[in-house]
Amino acid sequence: MKTVFAIILLVASSVCLAQKGQFITEAEFQARFFSADVQQQTLWVNKHLKSDIEGILNRRFTTLRIRYWGENTRTAWILEEIGKELPITVGVVIEDDKIYEVSILEYRESRGGEVRYPFFTRQFQQLKLQEVGPYRLDKSIDGITGATLSVRALKKIATLALFLHRQTPFYPLLGKSMGS
Amino acid sequence: MFKKSIMAIAIAAVTVSAHAADELPTAAEMWKVIQQQQKEIQALKSQIEETDVKVTATADAVEQGSGGTVSKLAQWTEKTKIGGYGEHHFNHFEDKDDKIDAHRFVVYLSHQFNDKVSFFSELELEHSLAGEGKPGEVELEQAYIQWDYTGGHNVQFGQFLVPVGIMNETHEPDTFYGTERNLVEKNVIPVTWWETGVMFNGELAPGLSYSAAVHSGLKTADGGSIRSGRQKSAKATAEDLAYTGRLKYTGIQGLELAATIQYQEDITQGVASEADALLTEFHAIYSAGPVSVRALWASWDVDGDGFDTAGSDDQEGWYIEPSYRLSEKIGVFARYSEYNNKAGDSDSIDAEIWDYGINYWLTPTVVLKADYSDYVNKNSGSTDNDAFNLGVGWSF
Repeated sequence: MKTVFAIILLVASSVCLAQKGQFITEAEFQARFFSADVQQQTLWVNKHLKSDIEGILNRRFTTLRIRYWGENTRTAWILEEIGKELPITVGVVIEDDKIYEVSILEYRESRGGEVRYPFFTRQFQQLKLQEVGPYRLDKSIDGITGATLSVRALKKIATLALFLHRQTPFYPLLGKSMGS
Repeated sequence: MFKKSIMAIAIAAVTVSAHAADELPTAAEMWKVIQQQQKEIQALKSQIEETDVKVTATADAVEQGSGGTVSKLAQWTEKTKIGGYGEHHFNHFEDKDDKIDAHRFVVYLSHQFNDKVSFFSELELEHSLAGEGKPGEVELEQAYIQWDYTGGHNVQFGQFLVPVGIMNETHEPDTFYGTERNLVEKNVIPVTWWETGVMFNGELAPGLSYSAAVHSGLKTADGGSIRSGRQKSAKATAEDLAYTGRLKYTGIQGLELAATIQYQEDITQGVASEADALLTEFHAIYSAGPVSVRALWASWDVDGDGFDTAGSDDQEGWYIEPSYRLSEKIGVFARYSEYNNKAGDSDSIDAEIWDYGINYWLTPTVVLKADYSDYVNKNSGSTDNDAFNLGVGWSF
């Protein structure tokens, strides 16, 4: 019996995949959704923006500016939020006020890495901010057992990216209805 | 007179106009002015660019904290995390005294030494008061070093939760239904169960992960119950180690399937002449929208005359728990459980319990609970534990 377990250990150690790690670089993420000549933009976080961002993340937000890419009605954001203990780096592409794509760039926790799989991230596609009430996604996201905190972090990031998109010149309704 | 005045004004205007035309700058003078202005525009542009650089540098410094000088304390704070969970219970029993209990108060402390080495710990106070003659205990539930020795591989050294069941590793009160933890995992597996040793974790294929561990084992009396055999890594006898392996599949949205086996050559650590034991556990969780179902089966097969005689050579149980999330804040559940720690005794009767209840999440990690436990049948035949339960729990 002991030998069987030793063999399982050896086999498992030699072939296991990454639960954590960097899966896409920032440059690869940009190249997927924008031409190379699209420059990064800067969104400065003023007092009002900071208050709304803190409401979405449910924590203090000390970043003074957020960088993003923008072209026509599309923006892309690389944002970080802590799952259980360590930050998850997530790329979110917004087009026409809806989520076009969510990709996990880097996952650092040792458990809950399933959130990076397309079966999970696909759920975010075409989601918008709800029309009334606080800033929230307009549809629910099914969770993953044992990855509750990572799922929660991703929902916050997706909501934040939709909100930030509305603050840019790439939001076609800028200056009109700004949601709740 | 009027005509003379008009004439005088006209002559004066022509004279002034001619004089002004004489003073217009030449093209060369205009070119010089333009060049001068261009230089000033360039200088202003440079100043703006320089200001942008300074603002960006200031923002960088502010975001990094303390203008580029990061103190030792700041580094420590950034790498050290504190968390915890806890729960208070009220049990209104049908046939015995009601109880109020500060059931669990747990503090997590973790530290990231570098990108590859980290520490995690969990310290628990159970039932509020610990010490001789007191109802509670202070317990070190986890304390291990994790080494991510290469991409996707990690190994834990120290005291960790045994990778088995649904609740052994994830048991914060906001993550499950029912004030009390289910009795199958408590009495058969037995949750919460930690041991000390070495554990490898990783992923074999997308969604398919494994844990494999060599660790300290149980020490039961000859023929005793599994739960009473937990040594809790407190000067634990380690004559016979245990080996645990788990495979878990989470590759389909909403689904978790897992199987664990554990083998220990002698779960009495030498008390009995023969007591090799094998634990087998399977569970499934499926969630689709507001509907979720959990089901688990676990069984111990223990060899040895002592266990055979006591009927504890076979200890097993199972439960199924459907639940429905009425809204983001409210969920209801029902659970049917059966277990028997003396299933090897043909006269022994399985305990059968129905639980029904509601969870109300004040925030995603703060929960209020109300439920009823109905012992349809208990091994002893009594119904003493039928109870209406209230609870409050939190984690952060």
